[in-house]
Amino acid sequence: MRSPTAAVIAIATSLLVLISYFVPAGPVLAMRSLLLDWAVILAAVAGVIAILNMVGVHFRRVRDNQPLAPYSLIVVVTFVITLLAGLFFSPSDPQFRQVVTAIQVPVEASLLAVVSISLAYAALRFFQNRKGLMAVTFAISAVVFLLLASGILAGLAQVPVLGTLLAVLNRLPMAGARGILLGVAIGSLIAGLRIAIGAHRPYSG
Amino acid sequence: MDLQTTAGLILLVIAFSLLVLLYVFTSPARRRTWRVITPFRRLRRSIGLAVEQGTRAHISLGSASITEPDSASALVGLASLERISEISSVSDRPPLATSGHGTLALLSKDSMKAAYQKTNVPELIDPDSAILAGPTPLSYIAGTIPLVHTENISANILVGDFGPEVALLAQAAGRENQFLLAGSNSLPAQAVMYASAQEPLIGEELFALPTYLEAGRIYESSLLAQDMLRWILILALLAGSVLVFTGVL
Repeated sequence: MRSPTAAVIAIATSLLVLISYFVPAGPVLAMRSLLLDWAVILAAVAGVIAILNMVGVHFRRVRDNQPLAPYSLIVVVTFVITLLAGLFFSPSDPQFRQVVTAIQVPVEASLLAVVSISLAYAALRFFQNRKGLMAVTFAISAVVFLLLASGILAGLAQVPVLGTLLAVLNRLPMAGARGILLGVAIGSLIAGLRIAIGAHRPYSG
Repeated sequence: MDLQTTAGLILLVIAFSLLVLLYVFTSPARRRTWRVITPFRRLRRSIGLAVEQGTRAHISLGSASITEPDSASALVGLASLERISEISSVSDRPPLATSGHGTLALLSKDSMKAAYQKTNVPELIDPDSAILAGPTPLSYIAGTIPLVHTENISANILVGDFGPEVALLAQAAGRENQFLLAGSNSLPAQAVMYASAQEPLIGEELFALPTYLEAGRIYESSLLAQDMLRWILILALLAGSVLVFTGVL
């Protein structure tokens, strides 16, 4: 059962914040600022709850000796160590931050390296997965715009006809991206409106 | 009010009016025929197969915070999650929802809970079915990939804000021969999904997902309003171009 109180609060808040963008009067702006501050605090609390739940899920996996238990054990142990160290030294301690960064950055960099290999593999297998005119267009445009963006053809910009052709080609990705983004923006606007009028309520209250 | 704000307000009023009018004046009894979008047709089939085979659907909601503008695609993901949970409520294996942000994780729990209460199967509510897989985009992907391999998943639905790292998730699903439908608001993610996902959604197709899952009349009105707004915008852009070309503006 969805709580009507939660819906009323959500609708009133979203409409007030929305109105404040178009009627930037003093009291409305002050109210918006207050509501947004509360939203940030609530989001942070939600983050803490979700992280505790995540650790709980991993803890239960270890306790029940599920297939991913060894990895879950690493997650739980490193979480507890990081939490205790953070509480002891404080998260703003430069040495604590340095240690965390020294672990996190190389790990994420390694993952990004794997992403690049994965993308290269996807590019190689592209024509196995996709067939037809769209796939050919996608592949050709990827190569053409990669060459254009690399600057390898920059010398041709001064040649009369080729220069104009290159200028037109250079604008195409931006036009395509804007077309897609306009569609996404309209979809986002409607999705936001559904929340604002309470037609979609992903919260139960 | 400056020109930009006025244009925004006009667009907002038009969108709101279209949404409400279409909802009020379209008959609930009339069954509308939508354009066939192959990925959605295959998704319905995959969810049905998952229910029959006793496997799970995995809904990945991305890493957007609900307080950021990027979260619209995740909201679509939440609506889809609720509907997929309703469809799968006849199965004894509830869907798995993973998120990359705390707010999304809590909302996904709430969406699943609402679906199970609506379909009268509250016993399916499981706190471990909607989880935060990792609080940063990369840790989210790293936390989700093992689940794809071990949670008896047969269909993956990736709807939300992702980065190019989503390729790893697509590859993991491909290795397990699982169905994968992927849509995002992010352009780099869309490009990567087109190259690596089995069923990619391009542009605003993502926002049609709840409609095709028959999530409710409001989503049908939303899709109609979205289409009309697109035409209005196209006409406005063309009119603007003509006015600039002729020197009026």
